[in-house]
Amino acid sequence: MKIDLHEKRIPIIKIGNYLIVSIQVDMHDKLAIQLQSQILDEIEKTGAKGVLIDISVLEMVDSFIGRMLSGMASMASIMDTAVVIVGMQPAVAITLVELGLEMPGVDTALNMENGMEMLEKRLREEDNETFESH
Amino acid sequence: MTSDKNWEELGRKNLESENDIVMARQLVRHYAKQLRMGIVDQTRVTTAVSELLRNMYNYAGGGEIKIFSGLVDEKDALIITCSDSGPGIEDLELAMSDGYTSGMGMGYGLPGAKRLVDRFEIQSKVNVGTTVRIIKWR
Repeated sequence: MKIDLHEKRIPIIKIGNYLIVSIQVDMHDKLAIQLQSQILDEIEKTGAKGVLIDISVLEMVDSFIGRMLSGMASMASIMDTAVVIVGMQPAVAITLVELGLEMPGVDTALNMENGMEMLEKRLREEDNETFESH
Repeated sequence: MTSDKNWEELGRKNLESENDIVMARQLVRHYAKQLRMGIVDQTRVTTAVSELLRNMYNYAGGGEIKIFSGLVDEKDALIITCSDSGPGIEDLELAMSDGYTSGMGMGYGLPGAKRLVDRFEIQSKVNVGTTVRIIKWR
């Protein structure tokens, strides 16, 4: 078997109603775009209600990756799926704001556990709303 | 443009592919760390370089990055030069203004990179190329 070292794929794991994505590599632009469509495909395939994206090992988020993440959050939201970005390093957050990119509309959480709680709370609220309207 | 023969060249890299951008910013991070810059400054300068190199790659198809350490205005600094022999920028003032884009980005590139560093110098000549030098105090 031939292994192409340049061919990196970021795994997407499904647990219950959620997709979990942990970005462990420094992404170039094409990989970021590929990940975006990969996640949207997976949402469609699995009907996942929430996506957790762990970026705690990312040492840098520039305007391109930032836009990819916020774009994905709005696309997923149109597909009725919530996205939570988890574990952004403080230095990355400072740099993003200074760069002028504030990612409006993107939900964030300090760690996976908080992110998961956030998604579950949102799902419960949605269930209640459906219940009340009947 | 600020220049000094006494600067020590730490590294350089040719940019031909998107993967080279990833490698170049890791190189910058490595030297920023080696010069004992704080984690936030390391991140600022790496992010600024990423914005500049993306511009270079999109508009000029590639270029070269050089990394130096040395004195600027009698202060220790990390100095990074990114140069290309692309189409050049006709209206520098416009390219440096917030939100300006010629269609391939969202206009964060140059002004965004400028906000992340202590000094930002740009030289461009149409049909000759563009050189950007950024300086971050250590």
